[in-house]
Amino acid sequence: MDLRNTWDQWPDANGRFGDFGGRYVAETLMPLILELEAEYRKAKEDPAFKAEMDDLWAHYVGRPSPLYFAERLTEHFDGAKIYFKRDELNHTGAHKINNCLGQVLLARRMGKTRIIAETGAGQHGVATATICARFGLDCVVFMGETDVERQKPNVFRMKLLGAEIVPVSSGTGTLKDAMNEALRDWVTNVDDTFYCIGTAAGPHPYPELVRDFQSIIGKEARAQILEREGRLPDAVMACIGGGSNAIGLFHPFLEDEGVRLIGVEAAGHGIETGEHAAALNGGKPGILHGNKTYLLQTDDGQIIDAHSISAGLDYPGIGPEHAFLRDSGRAEYLSCTDKEALAAFQLCTRLEGIIPALEPSHAIARVGEVAQALGKDGLMILNMCGRGDKDVFSVAKALGVDM
Amino acid sequence: MPTSRITDTFARASGESRAVLVSYLMAGDPDLETSYAAMCALRDNGADIIELGAPFTDPMADGASIQKAGLRALANKTTLADTLALAARFRAEDQTTPVIIMGYANPVFCMRYAEFAKAAHAAGVDGTILVDLPPEEDGELREAYAQYDLSVIRLATPTTHENRMKKVAEGASGFLYFVAVTGVTGAGSADPQAIAGNIEMAKRVSGLPVCVGFGVKTGAQAAEMAKIADGVVVGSAFVEHAEKAHESGDFASAPRGMGALAKELSSAIRTITKP
Repeated sequence: MDLRNTWDQWPDANGRFGDFGGRYVAETLMPLILELEAEYRKAKEDPAFKAEMDDLWAHYVGRPSPLYFAERLTEHFDGAKIYFKRDELNHTGAHKINNCLGQVLLARRMGKTRIIAETGAGQHGVATATICARFGLDCVVFMGETDVERQKPNVFRMKLLGAEIVPVSSGTGTLKDAMNEALRDWVTNVDDTFYCIGTAAGPHPYPELVRDFQSIIGKEARAQILEREGRLPDAVMACIGGGSNAIGLFHPFLEDEGVRLIGVEAAGHGIETGEHAAALNGGKPGILHGNKTYLLQTDDGQIIDAHSISAGLDYPGIGPEHAFLRDSGRAEYLSCTDKEALAAFQLCTRLEGIIPALEPSHAIARVGEVAQALGKDGLMILNMCGRGDKDVFSVAKALGVDM
Repeated sequence: MPTSRITDTFARASGESRAVLVSYLMAGDPDLETSYAAMCALRDNGADIIELGAPFTDPMADGASIQKAGLRALANKTTLADTLALAARFRAEDQTTPVIIMGYANPVFCMRYAEFAKAAHAAGVDGTILVDLPPEEDGELREAYAQYDLSVIRLATPTTHENRMKKVAEGASGFLYFVAVTGVTGAGSADPQAIAGNIEMAKRVSGLPVCVGFGVKTGAQAAEMAKIADGVVVGSAFVEHAEKAHESGDFASAPRGMGALAKELSSAIRTITKP
């Protein structure tokens, strides 16, 4: 089999990326996700849909985001040239809005008037609430009560935008429970409600359509680096929770076999402690939230709570395409502890004058060793997928600073 | 043969011109010993089929009652193997009452389908309802079940239109579980008139007996559902007795309460004469 012709042709007709993905949902939802898939196929072929996306991307979101040469970080590590893809400069401060815009436009095509979403760090919730405000749609955001507590600024932003926040205390009150609760809402309100999933996971077609909407990151970055450097990078890097920013960066490079694709998972207190969020490095295949993928779970198939200092990476699963890319060897997946991410957060802030979110700080923590291994002729892109304003309170707390 | 336990049950009820009562309880809630006593009490008070819930951390189709029941069972360290052992203990004394395992795909997937099928058969289990394993995704499971005659019991809902029903019926056996409301378990009750047509269609397309569940709590509701379906499933209302037992510490109250409810429900169902 000539793999070069196959990397970007997944998922198959059953929503599979190799053995991963699929549609593991209750029967109530099957007609809905089949309808969504059919509508997405039509929208993809519709020039008017693309034109509306492009217009809002340019004038509302602020795309294309810049590709920035991180000169001082490059000097610091004394290795490959490091570029940042500046998706933290998007409206609302993260890559999440790329996907929300696409999904809400789809919802409008389908005549849905109520949008529900789950959120961990609150970035997806804020982005969804923003687009709903823009289009005058009802917005309900499910958020684990632990996250409501640690992401107060985003909770308030969502409320300002007119969204209803539902704190989720069932289960363990984290992102996975927020997703369960959103699914419960969806099976209850099938007629008027559209579920806007925030990451490239869930039942087919979500992993595919979220990836497609986020692929704008990689498409722009690929064209920008060719223009700036006249060649493709040796490596592209991104942090991974569910993996939407990473798959958005990776996907347009899948066929470029010389480009290493490197994802960085959250190792929390360390993978060996069991308190982490590294599904690929510390989990095994299973079925949750509509897809088969790598999961943190017990020997008896019960889901284990993830831990990460970054609420956006604090999820026990990962998008199915990453599971596939890992098993097939096309992408590499490293990990980074809370401590290392905190150090990288400060390093980037001081050297580049960019306060990164804790999520991309995980990728920044691993960028040095990759840059050094590539050497001074090397070239790499790191996705700066979110800005750190939302994290200053938790960082202060972690550093023992009383604000 | 396991499938025939289910078939025999519907045939027997049909001979008595009545619908069957399917009762649900969560294995290991409030503990395994009490679950065993509850299974016996349900059977002794007119439950025709027992659905044994296998606990899962993330029950996305369940309402608060069954979610909490699962977490209590997991806090007691109830495993899938324990749930099967409970079924086996019941089967050792009762060779006629069908036992269905109801739960989510991951624990079964984690045990591996083939190994689970073998163990379930050995435990005298008659079939499974795995909520998040729709027809598109249960091929491997059906293969594993084939040599043991275990039933794959599927869910149909008010959103299941006729074309979709054909897909749902394909490869399903035992009976069809019709979810009366679009929603989670224990949620508001359905209007029997609103779903009567869907149930007729489900019977016609599947050729299987159709049981209705979700939101049925009282004898009066059960009787209404018995008019339109071959069986009535009650879950959350039983599970609430386990919750009370857990809270009071009087575990014996669970089988007592469940037995009394089963008696109320089965008497109500028997007031409806089926053609």
